[in-house]
Amino acid sequence: MSAKLRVDPIACTGHGLCHELFPEWIELDDWGYPMIDDRPIPADLLGHARRAADACPKLALLVEAERARG
Amino acid sequence: MTLPRLLAGLPEDGSPISLADHEAIHGPPGESGTGLIEATARAGLHGRGGASFPTAVKLHSVSQERGPRAVLVNAAEGEPMSFKDRVLLARAPHLVLDGALAAAAAVGADRIVVAVREDASAARAAVTGAVAERGLRRRVKVRAVPVAYLAGQEGALIRHLDGGPLKPPAVPPLPYQRGLRGHPTLVQNPETMAHLALIDRHGAGWFRELGTERHPGSALVTVTGAVRGPGVQEIACGTALEEVIRTAGGTTEPLQAVLVGGFHGTWLPADHGSITLDDENLRRHGASLAAGVIVALGESACPVQELAQTMAWLADQSAHQCGPCANGMPALAGLMAALAAGRAPREYRQRLKRWCAQVPGRGACHLPDGAVRFLSTGLAVFAEEVADHVAHGPCDACAGPVTLAVAVPRARRRAA
Repeated sequence: MSAKLRVDPIACTGHGLCHELFPEWIELDDWGYPMIDDRPIPADLLGHARRAADACPKLALLVEAERARG
Repeated sequence: MTLPRLLAGLPEDGSPISLADHEAIHGPPGESGTGLIEATARAGLHGRGGASFPTAVKLHSVSQERGPRAVLVNAAEGEPMSFKDRVLLARAPHLVLDGALAAAAAVGADRIVVAVREDASAARAAVTGAVAERGLRRRVKVRAVPVAYLAGQEGALIRHLDGGPLKPPAVPPLPYQRGLRGHPTLVQNPETMAHLALIDRHGAGWFRELGTERHPGSALVTVTGAVRGPGVQEIACGTALEEVIRTAGGTTEPLQAVLVGGFHGTWLPADHGSITLDDENLRRHGASLAAGVIVALGESACPVQELAQTMAWLADQSAHQCGPCANGMPALAGLMAALAAGRAPREYRQRLKRWCAQVPGRGACHLPDGAVRFLSTGLAVFAEEVADHVAHGPCDACAGPVTLAVAVPRARRRAA
C-alpha cells in the first residue's frame, strides 16, 4: 500500500507546521499555504508524513491510502 | 436531421415553443429507461456546462448509488458572457424537461429541481409554465438562484438550494454521492439535458451525424464582442471559428484576439480564424469549447485592461475559503491593475510566473484554475501590449469601454 498527502483547502489556515515537520514533501506558497508533492510517499518517510498530519491544528492535512480509481 | 436540433421550430415572436409544436417537431419522448446510459456513452456526449465531463459516466455513477436520488438542472449560468442556457430554457423548455425526465428514469430519481438564475425571468417563466402544462408540479421544482460566478459550481449550488451558503464544499463527497438533501444527485446543465432528450428519442447514431468523431453532436454557443449580431447559435461541433463569426454578422472591426470558453477560457490570436471548434482540435491550442462562450476582441480595445478588470471581478467572486485563492486572486488582480497603470514592480514577470504556478489546482473548486488559464494565455497573446504598458503607462484605449463587460446590456442579447 502506498500513501499520499492531501490538504483540505477550506480547513487549512496556513499555520505552516506541516512544512516545518515534513519539508521534503511540503513547501509553502507566497502566503504560507502548503503545496504538497503529489507523488506517493516512500515507506521510510511515512512517519514524517503522519507527524505532520497529527500536528496540524486544523486537522486539514490527511495521509490517505492510495486506491485505484474506478 | 441537420441543424438546428435544440433550437428547431422556435416561434418567430420569441415565445417558448408550445408542447404540441414541440412534439410535432421532435416526436414523443423516447422510452430508453436505463438504456439511456449506454446510448449516451455510445453517443459520446460531454457535459455542456463548462467542465466537459462525460455525461454517461455521471449517469452511471448516480444509478449505482443507493436510496432516493435526485436530478438537478443547473441553469445558474454564472459565466458572465454566456446566454445559451437561459435562451434554451426560455424557448425550448419542454426539450430540457424531457431530458431531465429521461435522465431521472435512467438513474432512478424521483425528484427534479431546475435552478435558474434569478434575473433570467423569461427562462424561469417558460420552464414554470411548461412544468404546469404537463402536470409535473409535484415532481419538478423550479428555483431561482442568485446571480454569481460560483452559483453554477455544482457543490455551491446544492448547498444553497439546501439552505446553506453559496460556497463550494470540500470534496469528496461529490454530488453523485451526496447531493440535494444528502441524496445522490445528477447535475447537468440545460443544454446537456436537451441533448439527452434527443438521444433518448433518436439514439447515439443519430447524435453522431453532426460534429466530429471525438467531439460529436451540436453545441450552443454565445458569440459576443466585436461582432455585428451577437447572440446564441447552434453549431455542429468542429465548425470553423471564422464561420461562427460570419454567422454572427461578421466583425465590426479587425480583431486582435478571440476568447474561447469564457472567463475560465483561453485566448487565441486573431489569426486563428480557421481553427475548428471541437475539443480535440482546441486542446492542441490549450483551449476547450467549455460552455461555448466566444468573445471577439476588436483592435480598438485595450487587452491589458480586459485582463486586469476581469481578474479583479474574478477575485471578487472568490468564496474566500481557500488560502491560495483568497490570497492569490487579489494578488494577481492587484498586480495586473498596477501593470495596466504603468506602475508595475520591477520583478513583475517573476511574480506573475510564480503566482500563476502557485494559485491553480489547490482549491475546493476550479475558480482559480480557470482564472489563471484566462490570465496566462492572455499574457502570452498580449505580451507586446503588456510590455508597452509597463514601459509607457496607460494607452489611448485604456479609458475606453471593456469588451468583457460583466453586465451585458439587454440590447446586445439576441437569440438565434
